[in-house]
Amino acid sequence: MAIAAPVVLDVRGLRAYLYTRWGVVRAVDGVSFALREGETLGLVGESGCGKTMTGLSLVRLLPEPAGRIVEGQILLEGEDLVTKSESEMRHVRGRRVSMILQDPQTSLNPVFTIGDQIVEALRLHHADGERALAVRAEEALRRVKVAAPEQRMRAYPHQMSGGMKQRVVGAIAVAGEPRVLIADEPTTALDVTIQLQYLALLKELQARTRLAMLFITHDFGIVARMCDRVAVMYAGRIVETGPTRTLFRSPRHPYTEALMASVPRMEGSVTRLPSIEGQPPPLHALPAGCRFAPRCAYVDDRCRREYPPIMPVGPAHEAACWRVEPSPSR
Amino acid sequence: MARVEERIDAGFAGSTAADESALPRPRGDLARMPWVSLVIITVLVLVALMAPLIAPHSPTEQSLPDKLRPPAWEAGGSTKHLLGTDVLGRDVLSRLIYGARVSLIVAAVALLAGGGIGLMVGIVSGYLGGRVDSVLMRVVDATLTFPTILIALLLAVSLGQGLQTIAIAITVLIWARFARVVRGEVLAVKARDFVALARVHGCSHLRIMAVHIVPNVLNTFMVLLTLHIGFVIIVEASLSFLGAGIPPPTPSWGQMVADGRSHIASAWWLSVVPGAAIMLVVLAFNLFGDWLRDWLDPRLRQV
Repeated sequence: MAIAAPVVLDVRGLRAYLYTRWGVVRAVDGVSFALREGETLGLVGESGCGKTMTGLSLVRLLPEPAGRIVEGQILLEGEDLVTKSESEMRHVRGRRVSMILQDPQTSLNPVFTIGDQIVEALRLHHADGERALAVRAEEALRRVKVAAPEQRMRAYPHQMSGGMKQRVVGAIAVAGEPRVLIADEPTTALDVTIQLQYLALLKELQARTRLAMLFITHDFGIVARMCDRVAVMYAGRIVETGPTRTLFRSPRHPYTEALMASVPRMEGSVTRLPSIEGQPPPLHALPAGCRFAPRCAYVDDRCRREYPPIMPVGPAHEAACWRVEPSPSR
Repeated sequence: MARVEERIDAGFAGSTAADESALPRPRGDLARMPWVSLVIITVLVLVALMAPLIAPHSPTEQSLPDKLRPPAWEAGGSTKHLLGTDVLGRDVLSRLIYGARVSLIVAAVALLAGGGIGLMVGIVSGYLGGRVDSVLMRVVDATLTFPTILIALLLAVSLGQGLQTIAIAITVLIWARFARVVRGEVLAVKARDFVALARVHGCSHLRIMAVHIVPNVLNTFMVLLTLHIGFVIIVEASLSFLGAGIPPPTPSWGQMVADGRSHIASAWWLSVVPGAAIMLVVLAFNLFGDWLRDWLDPRLRQV
């Protein structure tokens, strides 16, 4: 992996809270990570741990009026997105940061043809005439491997399969040639063979455009296939980051370890798959110390009192746990 | 693993071949057109437009010797007055023809104004949500609690009788119905991912409303519109029936039904003929509305 690639997106101490009638939901609570050009960072964790909210806050599209970024910086090629005005953000969205969402069924507007929707997306970025835009749109469809693009241009979303639709969504997402693509569980709604095709396609797009990708998922199979690095999120915070291989081989945080243990393996027979007992803490009533403490097998008193700092535990490998000793190399 | 990859690549090629089959082309829907209602609506519009040309008599000309003539096919009827005459000897057919104008003008004006206001309020309310939504929807609630006829009567009395009054009264009455339904649709559309993605791709709120929200609620709106044509014609007729509508001698269908009421036993045609006209026209617009709903839905259009 080319470590030398420049950092495109640098998130520092990001906190995004949702102010609801049940209290303040600390969905993103001090998240920091960096994303390099051409790199894929996997953001994994259980449902409701703040993965999607992290993705949405990067484009400043938290649910309104409840959501707000309360602290931190989102540096996109050095510019802080948090302090940008709404109209400045409009120029960032689509052109520099783009997104793919989970459900292809509702990601396309049902009343317009596929062609119209791609042209619409291209129009925001190119000053071409109608004809030229149509040619570009067809080209975009071909690039995402949609069969018979000239016919598909005239099709409505309901006439296409989920996998096809998600490819169109991908084509629209990269229409503005963004630097960063946030993919929020883009394959969860697709069946397994289509998933693999789609992942291969994303990789191909990435290889061509040096896209930096933030890949939000809870599927470790996809992580292993797609991601250069992984960040494990738990209750609004990143508890461990590291190169995919390292994280799979030697997870340092008990949560990561437990997650790995609960992934079924091909080899050997398994009688009962280990699972993590209990539920993640509700994000509006977080415990004082380590958030994983109530479910952790190695918990001690300090864990319940104080949140552990994130500490380097190896090359490009960090974990937030009192149990890990800082690696001597740093 | 490598073998899996190979198979997947093969899958790529396979899907290409399978998807080559041409998409079904939109067929002509001639057979499915709502011919009956289209004919009735066309006739109505033509009749209203060309009333002076086709009406056999003046709608207001009285002729007491000819009063209460039955329709031509009844005993004592004559071809001079195809649908008979009323108490003042006015030709019922001519009055019916001129009355179509009133019905159509009122329906067109009230629906354009009321529907337009309702559409805008519904979209703004549903899309912006929050406080704006609460305030607008309370206004809608308040409007919907007024008893239809009572509020129309009140307006008619305070503004004075006339075509404008009726149009205003009906506008006031129906905008809230449009707003309520449109808002509900907007809420459903807004929650779908393509709206979020439109924002991700840098669309402004105004553009999202215009490009993504409006087209998705338009078919509901159109159907609502056609269904309300019938409602508006009935409200106009009711108001005229109650004496708060179009002032005489201008003929209106509602008024004709009202005038015939006291003679229903001896001269049934006075109420039945305009009543039947109202029924037929309302039915035609409703049928047309049903067809339009199916036709506007891209999922049903090409099945």
